[in-house]
Amino acid sequence: MAKKTGSGKRETGSGTAVVGNGRARAVQAADPASIRPPSARTRPSPGSRPSAGLTRAQKLDLYYWMRLTRSLEERLVALYRQTKVVGGLFRSLGQEADAVGSAYALERRDILSPLIRNLGSMLVKGATPLEILRQYMAKGDSPTRGRELNIHFGDTDRGFIGQISPLGDMVPVMAGVTMTFKMRRQDRVGLVYVGDGATSTGAFHEGINFAAVQRLPLVVIVENNGYAYSTPIEKQTAATQFVDKAIGYGIPGAQADGNDVLAVYDVTKAAVDRARAGGGVTLVELMTYRRKGHAEHDNQSYVPAGEIERWAAENDPLDRYVVVMREQLGATDEEIAAIDARVVAEVDAATDEAEKSLPPQALDALVGVYADPPAERPLWFREGADRAVDVNERAEGWGTWQSPRTGSA
Amino acid sequence: MGEITYLEALREGLVEEMERDENVFCMGEDIGAYGGAFKVTDGLLDRFGESRVVDTPISEIGIVGAAAGAGHMGMRPVVEMQFIDFIANAYDILTNYVATARYRAFLPCPMVVRGPSGGYVRGGPFHSQNPEAGFIHTPGLKVVYPATAEDAKGLMKSAIRDDDCVLFFEHKYLYRRIKGAMPEGDHVVPIGKARLAREGRDVSVITYAATVWKALEAAEQVEKEDGLSVEVLDLRTLAPLDDEAIFTTVRKTNRVLVLHEDTRTGGIAGEITARINESCFEWLDAPVLRVTAHDIPLPYAPQLEDFVLPQTSDIVRAVRRLAAY
Repeated sequence: MAKKTGSGKRETGSGTAVVGNGRARAVQAADPASIRPPSARTRPSPGSRPSAGLTRAQKLDLYYWMRLTRSLEERLVALYRQTKVVGGLFRSLGQEADAVGSAYALERRDILSPLIRNLGSMLVKGATPLEILRQYMAKGDSPTRGRELNIHFGDTDRGFIGQISPLGDMVPVMAGVTMTFKMRRQDRVGLVYVGDGATSTGAFHEGINFAAVQRLPLVVIVENNGYAYSTPIEKQTAATQFVDKAIGYGIPGAQADGNDVLAVYDVTKAAVDRARAGGGVTLVELMTYRRKGHAEHDNQSYVPAGEIERWAAENDPLDRYVVVMREQLGATDEEIAAIDARVVAEVDAATDEAEKSLPPQALDALVGVYADPPAERPLWFREGADRAVDVNERAEGWGTWQSPRTGSA
Repeated sequence: MGEITYLEALREGLVEEMERDENVFCMGEDIGAYGGAFKVTDGLLDRFGESRVVDTPISEIGIVGAAAGAGHMGMRPVVEMQFIDFIANAYDILTNYVATARYRAFLPCPMVVRGPSGGYVRGGPFHSQNPEAGFIHTPGLKVVYPATAEDAKGLMKSAIRDDDCVLFFEHKYLYRRIKGAMPEGDHVVPIGKARLAREGRDVSVITYAATVWKALEAAEQVEKEDGLSVEVLDLRTLAPLDDEAIFTTVRKTNRVLVLHEDTRTGGIAGEITARINESCFEWLDAPVLRVTAHDIPLPYAPQLEDFVLPQTSDIVRAVRRLAAY
């Protein structure tokens, strides 16, 4: 597979590369050499980064959310193999920093719309492992009462709106959410995730363009993980990089190393702050890599040999952050192990609880399409044959028809 | 009180609801400064300002999606499709996102998508369509299509107040041809209730929108020429269908014609016929007949359009055929 390779000199130090200044380099997400930890030379002084404002506890928190995402998904794999997950299973392995770091840049009152690899974003926003497990296991007390799959659910109070499968559709929806913030003069920001594939859709284009024209407080994050199902990015776009699309919409664009959780936080926080200050939409491209298939069934036969292994060995977001925690936060092995143990205990407890939940009642399937229940008789054909005749029977004495009941004409 | 046109009635409904509820706002292409392609929103910008009368880019997906998002947050957006033909661009977001939102995610989408629909106006293939059938087929959407000025206003007010998405089809042939006197006060017409446009004994014509008026013309003609008494049921709402009103007229006349301007195959007449078959089979004295447009894209030339769309003479012929059973 022909690859445009990055120079490796990409300015990941600040975590961002602003479009249009000629400094941003072509980067292919599917080339691990292009995504490197920031070199000492390009790393800016800590004071210039929004993440410098995070406390040590908050920085350890970032690790907790990433670890929780990964451990919860690993538990789901086990449940999937036991056939307790009744549908497909979608992993975000290797993308945890991108999800967690970006969501962490929002305030509680802000609203995001996740994609299928944003379990971490939802957890940060208050979704619980128990909800996720019940949802995957199609339980009656799942957040959608068994109606929707995987992480397709939301809660506007906690600040996340459930996605749908047609990609790009959440961009116009979040334009409407943030339009409301603006109309009501609320100090709130929206964030919407799309993948590299969704940027090719009409919905993405119409949504981001409308939001840009209206100067809505919206951050659009393009998670470039190299593949849309099996389609590599060079079959998705002729653009050198997705962040370049910002120019066409007349909005600022920024690019960051999606596997560096602090860089993700930095670039998102800057965009969120701009939106909050009335600066409108920002397009953020996060460079990451999808280490698992589109879903658990996907054997990734289309991925060049060695690519996944290299990313796992050289560019795992958790491994990288453990180094940062040790070197910059002075985190001890015991501290990190304690977070890991807490995560395992939480996932264990949630699994035990979720297993107890019952499946939905079949009749609940008919409820709640509209605010008001419809007057129609649903599934009438399951009613008894005698009753159907009784209900529909023509009055006796009509025409030549003879009732089988009475024998009268 | 004087009479106003169907179009003015629509505007009156919009204005009254925007005054009543500050969460109501309008979005669409050329609806602000220009007042809309047909001037339905004329004057609204001056009255309510740019934040509540929003001129948008040419983006049916974008503005319908944005309406859904605003609806989730408690707003009541009214989105104009410049011509209802363009609603096809928003088909995905309406059917996959909006229609399912309450069921799958408990997210309300109180929104109206409205626009000029229908033919008889020499509009050609892309300014004459009646695409209601595709949306009636989608659980989660409501569809209304008024024939009178009174219903245009009353249904508009109901649609805006409804907690679900209502697709509001406006017949452009009726915009300035039909007038009515608006009832005093808060005139609201309930969604889901048909209207008996004409009482009769012999044959029922079940229809909606512009063909209601053609059915009434035909009824007058067969009354004079054949002594037949034709009942005309104006559905007004296409989803949810008013089964009770349909079955009542079937049981009364035992002979039914379902009439619509939309094309035949997969049109709503088939659905209505099936419901009558299921629930009123014993009450029929004749097969349920359909008069619809032919299954072709709508052509431009008057000689072609008039040939394709249902005309009064088609209805007269079908009513006579039913009466002959």
